[in-house]
Amino acid sequence: MVCASGCDSRPATLPATLKILVAGGFGAGKTTFVGAVSEIDPLCTEELLSGLSEGADPVDGVETKKTTTVALDFGRITLDERHVLYLFGTPGQERFWFLWEELCAGALGAVVLADTRRLADCFPAVDFFERRGIGFVVAVNEFDGAHRYTAEEVRAAVGLGPRVPVVRCDARLTSSGTGALAALVHHLLTTRSAHPAKTSDPGEPP
Amino acid sequence: MRARAAAGARGSGATGRDTPWLDGTAGRVMRPYTASGGRTRPAIALDLLSLVSATGVRPSTPLGAEHILALRLCAGAPAVTVAEVAGQLRLPAGVVKVLLSDLMEHGAVMAQAPRFPGGETGSFAADDQTLLRAVLDGLRKRL
Repeated sequence: MVCASGCDSRPATLPATLKILVAGGFGAGKTTFVGAVSEIDPLCTEELLSGLSEGADPVDGVETKKTTTVALDFGRITLDERHVLYLFGTPGQERFWFLWEELCAGALGAVVLADTRRLADCFPAVDFFERRGIGFVVAVNEFDGAHRYTAEEVRAAVGLGPRVPVVRCDARLTSSGTGALAALVHHLLTTRSAHPAKTSDPGEPP
Repeated sequence: MRARAAAGARGSGATGRDTPWLDGTAGRVMRPYTASGGRTRPAIALDLLSLVSATGVRPSTPLGAEHILALRLCAGAPAVTVAEVAGQLRLPAGVVKVLLSDLMEHGAVMAQAPRFPGGETGSFAADDQTLLRAVLDGLRKRL
């Protein structure tokens, strides 16, 4: 989004804005994950459908539902004085895809949280990031009492390509969540260097 | 609204952050758009990750309580994201964007648009590789 007026036009030495999305089905642990890795108390930011639709596809009928809100989990990790990582936990339901469009703009990549008891809930997120060409890892949130599947079993069940990392995590643990983020950034580094000229058209949103 | 308020309350310290329009037990006691005077769109476009900071200029005309709270948050740190202001105030981001936009028009707040690596094409330039390495190193140090 371009700032119209009143903005301070600082030189390009401003640190880059680093954004990572945490997606997954309802109850997959997004809020827990963001809360565990964030240095600030987990914040819940509401975004409004009516405010977001401006300039986007016409959403006649939807426009009138002014009170429709979407809860976003927001977290921050200060890596050093020049690198601050922002995390958005995004609702996984397909009806919120309009919101993902804005959040995806400029995002480094995404962590898709999967609950093996309800694996299909993460399919929309996987589809979305695959189609948009956004790098992601699948983090299997190992809930207490849930059966432990191997990474390859999860890969086959979700239909992931061989290069998409599947990592295990416990969304409640800071170190575990940070490890999943590191796996994502490592994945981005290896894939981007293998395909330096990747500029594929992300195509129409689903 | 109740579900959202309850989700917020589960986070640590949320009960100590009751605001004039949000009661710990009753939930929201004021329509969120009351704070923005019914307006849904800010005059100045802001991203959730735009960094806002107080300029030190005092608004020439009296502003609402929500504007003052937003300004106080902007003044409390060198720069803060729009998303964080919204989360702290426990108001929808759309409303907070209107409040901050008003404060910008008064000269009380300035905003820096986010600078995303690789633009919106999803591709990373060579210097972004360096950036990714720095991020990876930073994350691994925290493990």
